[in-house]
Amino acid sequence: MTLDPATPPPDTPPVPRGRGWGALATWDVAVIAVVIAVWIVAAVFVDNFANARNLSFLLLDIAAIALIAMPMTLVIITGEIDLSVASILGLTSSVMGQLWFVGLPLETTIVLCVLLGAVLGALNGVFVTRFALPSLAVTIGTLAMFRGLAFVVLGDRAVADFPFLWTGAVTSSIPGLPVPWVLVPLVLFAAVFGVVLHATPVGRSLYAIGNSAEAARFSGVNIAATKFWLFVATGAMSSLAGIYWTLRFASARADNAVGLELSVVAAVLLGGVSIFGGKGALPGVLAGVLLLGTLTNALQLANVSADVLNVVTGLLLIVSVLAPNLLAAARRAWARRSPPGQVPA
Amino acid sequence: MSTPRSGRVPGRMLLAALTALVLLLATACGGTTREDETAQGDSPTTTTDESAAPAAEETATAAANPDAEIPEGLGIAFLPKQVNNPYFTTASAGASAATEEFGGEYNETGPSDASASSQVSYINTLSQQGSDVILLSANDPNAVCPAVEEARGGGAKVVTFDSDTSPECRDLFVNQATADGIAEVQLQMVADQLEGGEGQVAILSATANATNQNAWIEMMEQMIEENDEYSGIEIVTIAYGDDEDQKSFQETQGLLQSYPDLDAIISPTTVGIAAAARYISGSQYKGEVIVTGLGTPNQMREFVKDGTVAQFALWNPEELGYLAAHTGAALAAGQITGQEGETFTAGDLGEYTVEADGVVVLGPPTVFEESNIDDFDF
Repeated sequence: MTLDPATPPPDTPPVPRGRGWGALATWDVAVIAVVIAVWIVAAVFVDNFANARNLSFLLLDIAAIALIAMPMTLVIITGEIDLSVASILGLTSSVMGQLWFVGLPLETTIVLCVLLGAVLGALNGVFVTRFALPSLAVTIGTLAMFRGLAFVVLGDRAVADFPFLWTGAVTSSIPGLPVPWVLVPLVLFAAVFGVVLHATPVGRSLYAIGNSAEAARFSGVNIAATKFWLFVATGAMSSLAGIYWTLRFASARADNAVGLELSVVAAVLLGGVSIFGGKGALPGVLAGVLLLGTLTNALQLANVSADVLNVVTGLLLIVSVLAPNLLAAARRAWARRSPPGQVPA
Repeated sequence: MSTPRSGRVPGRMLLAALTALVLLLATACGGTTREDETAQGDSPTTTTDESAAPAAEETATAAANPDAEIPEGLGIAFLPKQVNNPYFTTASAGASAATEEFGGEYNETGPSDASASSQVSYINTLSQQGSDVILLSANDPNAVCPAVEEARGGGAKVVTFDSDTSPECRDLFVNQATADGIAEVQLQMVADQLEGGEGQVAILSATANATNQNAWIEMMEQMIEENDEYSGIEIVTIAYGDDEDQKSFQETQGLLQSYPDLDAIISPTTVGIAAAARYISGSQYKGEVIVTGLGTPNQMREFVKDGTVAQFALWNPEELGYLAAHTGAALAAGQITGQEGETFTAGDLGEYTVEADGVVVLGPPTVFEESNIDDFDF
């Protein structure tokens, strides 16, 4: 009996669809379809939803989450997680406020803050790679530590006298278009992260690490270095989000964005990234961020109370975790029903 | 066993470090600093569209018309620090009643957590919905300003109540009492109950940057320094319960453990005083540690009856909401323009005058104790 090397044995589940362009399959398309559907329903049924200013508000609201969700996607695909992102954002905001307060030029402050974010991310990376600690535990610890440091730096004060030129620029729209300037860096970063994840060997190695670390190691992937730099990137992006947040609200506070990490993780999971690693794609995540943001915006416009909004977000998160597992189970059941030798595409 | 670093890696790190250094040096030699800003003054340069329209200046030149009619169907939006807070629920009832009186449309909305960024999101929503009047109790005096300016630019009148924003960005502020009055009544109550008017006092406040609580605390500290009457009072620490029941409860516990000689707790927030009283009434400190501050009669009644709390104060939040709604309507109708000295009638509450800095004061606070607590129901 010869086995055709092209087709896997009949009883095994289908090949995980994490790699390359195959990743742009069912779940991502489903999320994008849901986003479009929600947009249409909201435009029709919710007053004041479908206009330029609201679109602007929507994008401003989700920008920070989107900025952090991009590197978070890569981190979760490798099987790790970084829950300290909101605290890095908060610490960056504090440091930015304090440095501005003592008279440092804003441009210098911004550069220093991005470096700070990279250093904080490197700290996470060292704990996870050098000391081989589980990232969940490490980042819960750094979540608390960085937030505490934020309060040490700035205390309970708020620094709010940033120049109007900067704070206005962050929230103003591109002339002639209904979208805010913040969309430009968002699109650029999305392009960079998308290309890295889906079209480079580095990106493919992330999926390899997430699916099987052992196999990846034997394939020559430097897992420790990869994960380390992923955490550094996450830290740097979180501090960028912190700079954006501070300028957008014109207020540097130690408690900025408390709890944001949950929204980021929710958006990433909603986008089809598996919490177990090895599966997911960036377009889906961006659609997930947009979906969460749109729902919040539309429901708020429809005067749904904040408590109900929390329930809706929680339900969405549960669905996003359950549904892929249910889908996978359904696929396995379908595969078992097919005659031997045939594997569903 | 770590994989050997390739020769390229140190090169890349060096390049990155060099780039960072160059960027830092370039930006350090020049760039916008805080001194430039304060030297120029705070004149905002108008950007292409979302410009902060100085609506206040326009209305100032228009004359107030005391006999102006309040338009039918005026949209009044009530945006407290957070929803599910009994104090604001009561205030909302007052604002809603006032809105009904002059035939407006009432809408209450707000975040479930008392944070500034959540509030900004709701202010934007209200701008979108085109509210005529926004009644706002601000979580942060500055963070909400850009959003408020945007709303005002769209034609909304913004009246803050309970907790103010920075005075430039709102139209009027309805204060429940003067900040001095609120601070003084709390100090007075504590001084009356302390032995010899002396002792260690801790403050259990709301969120760390709440405009109103911070103003009162600052005033209390000032009064302790300046008045001989209160000079024996020592404020040992300020704890923040974030207007959350559970957190306030835990902070009270912490205070009593960290300061064994604590004589009194002042809590200038209804959530805080209720949690503190609840903790103390079930502990060994009942009757030993004084609890006072700002509370609602309904929440505090059982603690007054069981001896945990002797005195506390407040104003009527329902009246505050009522006055705020009427103030907003008067402003929207053109009866007042926010200038000092203008007067208007606020329904059943009578006539009110606009004071300096666009502040309207409700009246003096009321002290509640066992003898009068049953007269009130809020």
